[in-house]
Amino acid sequence: MEPKVKVRNLFKIFGDAPETALERLKQGQSKEQILEETGHVVGVQDASFDVGEGSIFVVMGLSGSGKSTLVRMLNGLIPPTSGEILIDGDDVANCSPERLRDIRRNKIAMVFQHFALFPHKTIAENTAYGLKIKGVSAAERREKALQSLDQVGLKAWADGYPSELSGGMQQRVGLARGLATNPQILLMDEPFGALDPLIRREMQEELLQLQRSLKKTIIFITHDLNEALILGDRIAIMKDGRFVQVGTAQEIVADPADDYVSAFVADIDRGRVFTAGHVANDAQAVQLSDDSQNALKAMEDLNRNALYVLDGERIVGVVTYQDLSTAIRENGKADGALADVLVSDYPVANRDAQLHELYGLASTGLPIAVTDKNGSLIGVVEPEAVFAQLSGDEQTQDSVRSDTPPAA
Amino acid sequence: MLSPADILTIPFDDWVNTLVRDYLVPNFRPFFRALQVPVTTVLNAFDAFFQFIPMVVFTLVLAFIAWRVVGRGIAIFTLLALTFIDMIGLWTETMTTLSMIVTSVLFCTIIGVPIGILVAGSNKLWSVVRPILDIMQTIPSFVYLVPIVMLFGVGMVPGIIATIIFALPPIIRLTNLGIRNVRGDLIEAAEAFGSTRWQMLWEVQLPLALRTVMAGLNQTLMLSLSMVVIAALIGAGGLGLTVYTGLGRLDVGGATAGGVGIVLLAIILDRITQALGEQSGVRTPSLRQMLVSVFRPRGAVTGETNKTGN
Ligand SMILES: Nc1ncnc2c1ncn2[C@@H]1O[C@H](COP(=O)(O)OP(=O)(O)OP(=O)(O)O)[C@@H](O)[C@H]1O
Ligand SMILES: [Mg+2]
Repeated sequence: MEPKVKVRNLFKIFGDAPETALERLKQGQSKEQILEETGHVVGVQDASFDVGEGSIFVVMGLSGSGKSTLVRMLNGLIPPTSGEILIDGDDVANCSPERLRDIRRNKIAMVFQHFALFPHKTIAENTAYGLKIKGVSAAERREKALQSLDQVGLKAWADGYPSELSGGMQQRVGLARGLATNPQILLMDEPFGALDPLIRREMQEELLQLQRSLKKTIIFITHDLNEALILGDRIAIMKDGRFVQVGTAQEIVADPADDYVSAFVADIDRGRVFTAGHVANDAQAVQLSDDSQNALKAMEDLNRNALYVLDGERIVGVVTYQDLSTAIRENGKADGALADVLVSDYPVANRDAQLHELYGLASTGLPIAVTDKNGSLIGVVEPEAVFAQLSGDEQTQDSVRSDTPPAA
Repeated sequence: MLSPADILTIPFDDWVNTLVRDYLVPNFRPFFRALQVPVTTVLNAFDAFFQFIPMVVFTLVLAFIAWRVVGRGIAIFTLLALTFIDMIGLWTETMTTLSMIVTSVLFCTIIGVPIGILVAGSNKLWSVVRPILDIMQTIPSFVYLVPIVMLFGVGMVPGIIATIIFALPPIIRLTNLGIRNVRGDLIEAAEAFGSTRWQMLWEVQLPLALRTVMAGLNQTLMLSLSMVVIAALIGAGGLGLTVYTGLGRLDVGGATAGGVGIVLLAIILDRITQALGEQSGVRTPSLRQMLVSVFRPRGAVTGETNKTGN
């Protein structure tokens, strides 16, 4: 499938003669060197990426790394020095002003870091701004604005003014304004940057919630790696205008491209990056009808302390090596022993459960059953694996985690 | 002592005379005459209107507006001041002056606001217009009068044209300033939603600049008032003429009466337009609403403005 947004070799250089600076850049001179010798500021250098329809692409980088410059080029607020930006195949940088206006009105909306709400318009009028610009009638505008405000939980404030709202609420209005025109693409330039950590968390959850039903293509800017990891289907790490690494949250945390990325990864919240699926072993299990001696042997072979017991496809419980061997010693080699020592109150988690949610389950000492949405066993998480991954301890992690994630 | 004039004298006055008398006047007189037509029309309409309204009605209406816009104090002041003017026998002159000022302010707005908008959009244009405005504001107002008389003749309308030229700079400057000071991120937001140049101006820039534009309007109004006395020198009427004839005849009483009339009128107009400017803070979207607010129940309006009042 064609990506919704396709960017190739994008450069932006601020200054009077960007062409000469571009030459120097291509010869390998650094951003500092060019600034010193020519006075040109390199905003973005050689960015290439695709964003698939319905996915969230996060660009993360420190202040001044060129994130805003990048995102402003995507809707043509600033023209690129060279390179190509295709939105559904439309070349944003080289199309006519009318076409660009059309794209901005109908396809792409933007949410701003400092909200950028119009202080002289009511909340509803702010929300309806894009619709008004498109020439939608007043009644329809109002209705859609209220719908959109309802989505972000601010319908009651429709006739208030932005100055009456807290920062978090203003940003919700910013989001509602972006959503009101029903754009396919949302550009969000550090939308949660001005919010305090608690509200920020809340807004992140809310965005993910909305995204589940709306399925927009989102390009999200942040300078917070945790935020990037929570939200991004794919993440680009930016430094001095350049992408130093592009990948999924897990790829970036598990395998940072260089020291710069490692430094960020060092203090992130791993419990929110990895899911049960990532740390699960293969779904080795025995059937309820199996012979208990065989089960014991299987545990020895697999070097595990416990095994899950299935009845057909259904999980019925877990048996531990200790219980099983004790039972066999006491009762002799009796059939049905497996059912006698079955622990039916076993810990279970969905494959998408975040690692920090497994923390409590891991403390039972039993391996955690990982299930898909039908409830079938697709893997098992050893308690040590949870703690190893949370602490970022590479060695234990590698020895416990199987390299190929279990297939669904 | 040797001075440069011994070596070379420049007949500067002759040059200007030649330019104006032999070139501008014969070639462009019809053009300058035509310029007077709209001013004459508007002035006559306002003058007829203000002279037609009975003194009592006018006073009550203006006091009412002052009450809604500013407060009780200025309303009472308006009442007393206008009564006083009537009692000293200067009502007709005051209304003439008022129609001159309103005409001048109207033309200043019609000319100044669009120019202000244009120069706000282009640094190049602003770098050309700015020195012109500087010169306009530094030339003593008397100096305008001679070329005005040469080109337009004498009388009421040339006097108003001189007033318009004199009072124009502040509204251009402050419109320019107001539009330039609109926050960059708001402009960007408007652009990001696909606004046309016109939509941007109408929806975002003008409403947000309104407060500053109103401050410019107030200054323009005050400059117009100060010019009406001087305009009397070339035949404009009203309170200016009262002062001027008073001076000519060494009639201290007459000149003072005219002067007091001008001062009272100035205070009333200044306070009302200033308060209008403050009300049109970020909250009030349009001039229309601003005017509507004058006639709405009082509490609703001031309650809102107080809440934002920053
Ligand atoms: N209009 C401009 N003219 C000149 N230089 C600019 C301009 N806009 C941005 N820059 C420069 O481009 C670089 C990238 O700026 P940009 O605003 O994209 O950074 P950012 O990653 O968004 O930072 P922040 O997190 O602070 O918003 C900076 O070095 C900045 O100084
Ligand atoms: Mg930025």
